Amino acid sequence: MASDGSLLTTRFEDGRLELAGSGSWTAAHAAELESLVDRVSPDAKRAKNVSIDMGGVREFDTFGAWLLERLTRQWTALGGKAKIVGLPEHDRHLLEEMSAVNREAAPARPRTGAIISALASVGRGVTGVGRDLLTFANMFGAIGVAAVRVMSRPKDFRFTSAVHQLDRVCWQAVPIILLITFLIGGIIAQQGIFHFRKFGAELYAVDLVGILILREIGVLIVAIMVAGRSGSSYTAELGSMMMREEIDALRTMGFDPVEVLILPRVLVLLIAMPVLTFIGCMAALFGGGLVALLYGGMSPEIFISRLEEAISLTHFKVGMVKAPFMGLVIGVVACAEGLLVKGSAESLGLQTTASVVKSIFLVIVLDGLFAIFFASIGM
Amino acid sequence: MKGNGNTVISVRDLVVGFGETLVLDHLSLDVRAGEIMGVVGGSGAGKSVLLRTIIGLLPKRHGTIEVLGVDLDEADDAKRRALERRWGVLFQQGALFSSLTVLQNVQFPMRENLKLSQRLMDEMALAKLEMVGLTAADAEKFPAELSGGMTKRAALARALALDPEIVFLDEPTSGLDPISAGDFDALIKTLQRTLGLTVFMVTHDLESLYTVCDRVAALADGRIVAVGPMSTMLECTHPWVQTYFQGKRGGMLTKRVSPIETEAP
Repeated sequence: MASDGSLLTTRFEDGRLELAGSGSWTAAHAAELESLVDRVSPDAKRAKNVSIDMGGVREFDTFGAWLLERLTRQWTALGGKAKIVGLPEHDRHLLEEMSAVNREAAPARPRTGAIISALASVGRGVTGVGRDLLTFANMFGAIGVAAVRVMSRPKDFRFTSAVHQLDRVCWQAVPIILLITFLIGGIIAQQGIFHFRKFGAELYAVDLVGILILREIGVLIVAIMVAGRSGSSYTAELGSMMMREEIDALRTMGFDPVEVLILPRVLVLLIAMPVLTFIGCMAALFGGGLVALLYGGMSPEIFISRLEEAISLTHFKVGMVKAPFMGLVIGVVACAEGLLVKGSAESLGLQTTASVVKSIFLVIVLDGLFAIFFASIGM
Repeated sequence: MKGNGNTVISVRDLVVGFGETLVLDHLSLDVRAGEIMGVVGGSGAGKSVLLRTIIGLLPKRHGTIEVLGVDLDEADDAKRRALERRWGVLFQQGALFSSLTVLQNVQFPMRENLKLSQRLMDEMALAKLEMVGLTAADAEKFPAELSGGMTKRAALARALALDPEIVFLDEPTSGLDPISAGDFDALIKTLQRTLGLTVFMVTHDLESLYTVCDRVAALADGRIVAVGPMSTMLECTHPWVQTYFQGKRGGMLTKRVSPIETEAP
């Protein structure tokens, strides 16, 4: 396949330009050939007569044919004429084929300035936020309607599907939730003891652990874990169903995809979140107690009696009340994003990422709103 | 048009199976340079398995496969890559990269294998797209925005990106309406003639077997039971081949092939 010598030799005499091609005019030598072809074009302006002898060309494919065509087109554009000789019959067909293509200029891509496009992307971002909120509200409404419809005829509820989801979302999540919250509880206790020790107020580390975990951290950590673990899988599942037109198939058979697929999933999250939050809080308190014993030298009896004084049922209730709402937010966001998946693999990835990011963001916003609410009712 | 008659794909004694089941059982097949070879067979007979084994996507248990004179087992990585540049594959569903535009899809093999200027790549990719019947406006679209026929055409343009010597087509006309399928057949024929391609085509479409294939190989019971031009198929005594070509739908062809065969010099 190696080219022997030059692919294109040029001779310029009294306004006559004689070119001779040789070797392989194929894809493998296209780059070299292109530079040779481009180098010839300045001569073309001076030449009156151009002839190209292709007799020496051994291999010829569409790349070679196009470059030859490009060369001759330049002269035709200048009003000159190029004569091609020595091209075998078979290759002549190929050249004719190539002379038909690229006649129309490619549609110019609209170009905008950097400032305009930056402004446009800001605008798109803002409208995107508005559209997201509308999508979520829409999904929330659809789930509400489906829930009411199912309540009127409970037999239609997908019980099997719900149990299956409950197994995946709640039961199978228990080990990882236990581990993470146990570690978080331990870390908070260690930090509390370490810093309160300076004031000799180590005992208050127990207050810190108890209140922080029951009110805020327990439910937040669990919500973030569930959003990352189950929310993403909801989006990916529904998204790939969208890609394979399974959801359209359901709809044409007279089923409401919200009722069949989404309602059981969201309902399961409503149940799973409080359960996991409770388990998580207990594991965190246990972790805190263990660190208090090992690191702070605080006996379990002292830890528990201090905990009894520090926390009340209110703290526990504040944490637990938030859990189902967070589950709802995660479910609505995950399912809404899943239904936005388009045909490509890339869009599935994008929506899954968006689902996790948006649900964690909304969970934290919701937590803030709850904090304001509980503060104003004095809980 | 018929090429020089050299064998470009040679399959000998090929055995392929999954677990307990043998899909291909000591199969042998030759494909000559410049011909369009159609492979037919019932659903699940192993047509696609044969194609995927030849291009190295599936492992084989026994036998040798030589493509363009290179034995795939003995070729090292560099040799394999060089060989893979000399063939193009059109997958059944197109298998276009969904995150790239049609133009970028066609440019992908060029970008990875050749060092070309962006201008030449743009021109070549547009040229290939025009050759398969797409327009410059389609080039900026993403695969998800294409119809079934356009997807096949774009995928064919990508398969042809590097001017391969052999093109493997996996059910190129499946899922197309008869008019588009006919157009696609004509397109394959035209491209084969202008580019001097060898085409290895797996198909179910009797119409394309009849109109474009130079030779047909019938696959049944894990081996090739008949190979030759359409007239050979119609004379074959193998029960599956008889049912296929003389059946309700195939029977229509018998009437059409016979007079043409007698007219032929």
